[in-house]
Amino acid sequence: MSALGGLSGLVHPSLAAIGEVGEGFFKERTEGNLPCQARTSHLFCWDWATEHIDRYGTPTLQQAELVVISVIAGFVIAFALGLLAHRVRWLRPPLLAGTGILFAIPSIALFLLLLPITGRGRETAIIALTAYTLQIIYRNVVLGLDNVPGPVKDAARGMGLTSRQILWKVEVPMAVPEIIAGLRVATVSTVAIATLAVFAGGGGLGTQILGEANLTFPTAIVIAMVIVIAMGLFFDLILLTIQRLLTPWRRVRVV
Amino acid sequence: MSGLASLLPPAAYSFGGAFEFIFSEQASNVTGGKKVGGIEQVLELAATQVQVSILALLLALLIALPIGLYFGHRGVGELLAVGIGNAGRAVPELALIALVAVVIGVGTLTLVLVLAALGIAPILTNTFVGIRQVDRASVDAARGAGMTEFQILRKVELPLAVPSIMQGVRGASVNIVATATIAPLVGVLTLGEFILNENVYGSDGVLAGAICTAVLALIFEFGLAALQRRLTSKGLKLQQASA
Amino acid sequence: MPTGDAAPDSQSQPHAGASSVSYENVTKRYEGSAEPAVDKLTLEVAAGEICILVGPSGCGKTTAMRMVNRTVEMTSGEIRIGGHSVRDRDPAKLRREIGYVIQQVGLFPHRTIAQNIATVPTLLGWPRERIRARTAELLELIRLDPELADRFPAQLSGGQQQRVGVARALAVDPPVMLMDEPFGAIDPINRERLQNEFLRLQAEIRKTILFVTHDIDEAIKMGDRIAVMREQGRVEQFATPAELLMEPATEFVEDFVGADRALKRLALMRVRDISLWVAPLATAGEPTAAVRAKLDSPEVEVRYPLLVDAARRPLGWLSERDLRAETVPERADSPLGPVLELDDVMRDALADLLQAGVQYAAVVDGAGAVAGILSVEIISEFLASPGAKQDELEAVERPK
Repeated sequence: MSALGGLSGLVHPSLAAIGEVGEGFFKERTEGNLPCQARTSHLFCWDWATEHIDRYGTPTLQQAELVVISVIAGFVIAFALGLLAHRVRWLRPPLLAGTGILFAIPSIALFLLLLPITGRGRETAIIALTAYTLQIIYRNVVLGLDNVPGPVKDAARGMGLTSRQILWKVEVPMAVPEIIAGLRVATVSTVAIATLAVFAGGGGLGTQILGEANLTFPTAIVIAMVIVIAMGLFFDLILLTIQRLLTPWRRVRVV
Repeated sequence: MSGLASLLPPAAYSFGGAFEFIFSEQASNVTGGKKVGGIEQVLELAATQVQVSILALLLALLIALPIGLYFGHRGVGELLAVGIGNAGRAVPELALIALVAVVIGVGTLTLVLVLAALGIAPILTNTFVGIRQVDRASVDAARGAGMTEFQILRKVELPLAVPSIMQGVRGASVNIVATATIAPLVGVLTLGEFILNENVYGSDGVLAGAICTAVLALIFEFGLAALQRRLTSKGLKLQQASA
Repeated sequence: MPTGDAAPDSQSQPHAGASSVSYENVTKRYEGSAEPAVDKLTLEVAAGEICILVGPSGCGKTTAMRMVNRTVEMTSGEIRIGGHSVRDRDPAKLRREIGYVIQQVGLFPHRTIAQNIATVPTLLGWPRERIRARTAELLELIRLDPELADRFPAQLSGGQQQRVGVARALAVDPPVMLMDEPFGAIDPINRERLQNEFLRLQAEIRKTILFVTHDIDEAIKMGDRIAVMREQGRVEQFATPAELLMEPATEFVEDFVGADRALKRLALMRVRDISLWVAPLATAGEPTAAVRAKLDSPEVEVRYPLLVDAARRPLGWLSERDLRAETVPERADSPLGPVLELDDVMRDALADLLQAGVQYAAVVDGAGAVAGILSVEIISEFLASPGAKQDELEAVERPK
């Protein structure tokens, strides 16, 4: 720990409790002889990166799993709420306000506020992340359903479709671009926010940033950051592809 | 009481304990008898967080608003404006703050600059989109009536884009206030101090920090929502209600 | 509050009156398109006239109009207002002197009706009192309830909004107005009303108006002169509505005006413009023998006499049974049916006849006295006879 002591002036003396990777990682780094690792001013150390890239595998998978589960759960809930608000108009203001408040609470606080209820762990992280996706997806579902032109619905009604059929065969398909636009925003945000899941004991790439030694070592942080951004891009492309497949009649519009 | 406590897992979080921590000082196991928590320390940390957040929000507004207005009015740079918004969402704040701390160093100035950078993307994107969404007929009529380009922007486009711009400001505020929570990583003590130092403040301190941060963020959110209502013209509200 | 300072106050209207607008070889090329949108347009719009630019979509009519206030910049050529080139002016200042009305109205949703109307006066820095007076005057001019002044556009109907749009364009009494399909988004009934109101307004204000539409009926109704355009702003014919209907210059104009142009001509005529049948009149107490004699006269085309009062106002049609008595009774057996006026537009008169299911009806003058009889037969003969053309041309070229 003495080596760290010399560097601690750079960082607030904190985080001991959070370091989920701490010790082993730290030792490995100081025991090595590669020159660039020793210098904290060095923004990126390729040698270290190529040698240690495998330690990011598990956190990356953890984070991806958190994102996929949360976004799917968020989509199911928000879509149901959106359909409800589409039918029952007076529910709109309270639903908008409710999801908006969840969204306004800092994610880090939301993770921690759940601890007394659900305890530390993956489930807590998922609940918080799900709550965070609701506002964006819900808003776009309502917007998408509202934007279906009246004449189209009229024509459908005129041809004898029931309300239920109009919803599932006309309104929902036509709302797909907006809904997926919402999903994309929610997903990319969730990828970034899931980095904070470490505060709820949910693992993920945050562990590679907050480990006590890592905080003084830029390379470790840069790698985590690049993986998070790449993951966001990756999910975004997947959703974009899904949207194109689902709406062959429409060019994609980024919202 | 003590018998029961020993049966509990080491990190037991309870709202009761958290509220106790907020309102009265507690003993800590690592400060050598110095008491921690209590309303005074909470308010002191909250004040710092409010200050850096407002500073950063204003700075972000100062940078993003003119750029968004200009590009929105000219109708150019859509890919850039929307792209910045998307990119802004993709960056993990935790990594950004940690990296800045190591590479640039700690301090209030560094913090405010980073927080402002986080606020620029949503304000810029929403300003751009808000201006572009203004009814082209109103702009055409304004130009036909002999307004200069600056007058069109100031008298027609800007007032009509207020809801969208404020949406961006609210998004920026959520980002900034949330990220200001982890400001202790760059050496500025905000409410995140309780969260990041569990060994000093205990589980009650962590939860107390979370509660205070949430309350602070909601105050910002409600304040900005109220500001948005005030800044939005009555005529615009009527139009939105009838649409 | 002094409301009377508008029209005659020369200081408040530096541009009062109307100015001519002339296009000289005006060309507009948009970047990236091979063909010019408007190619060498030359057109002379006389001061105080409504000049309609009409044509299919994409013919360049809107582009042609917008080059006047430089919301579209011409590529080459010259446009002069009252002899002065628009190129020499600062665009913003130029536009403040040109009224501008567009189809989507474009009212500012965040400003009240009064603030909307005061847009240009505010830009020109008029004192508040004067703006208030002018706004009140304009609200009256467009017959809008003054109580609406403090409302917002979202609280007005589409027709009311378009009236406000017109008032906003008229605020500083500009010598020239540009109107781009101003009534295009209004339902037919309200459109008709707004068109009539606008014609009434124009009779008062006498502006030079460039009016773009794709609706030939609107063009015929509103225009003093009509420029029929096709691709690249080529003017196929520039003529009065009557000339256009009587003698379309090209096949394009003929097609555009439509196969029913004969019927459209009726919209340009009034009942007084055609020779009516003589009405055999009868008054109560008159011997029926005398009335029968009138019916036998060669110039009378109808079989029944018209009962009138002492002031020759029509009361009803007498029947065979009525005429069996010694003297004409107080009341006619058959109802009067529709009564037309000399000032009725011929198309409306025909519609009245057809709707009532009658062959003919009494026509009265301004005092309500019988002036003659109009029949479906007269109208159809008129439409069929080519010899009527000259009369008609004279008839419709009366000053509006």
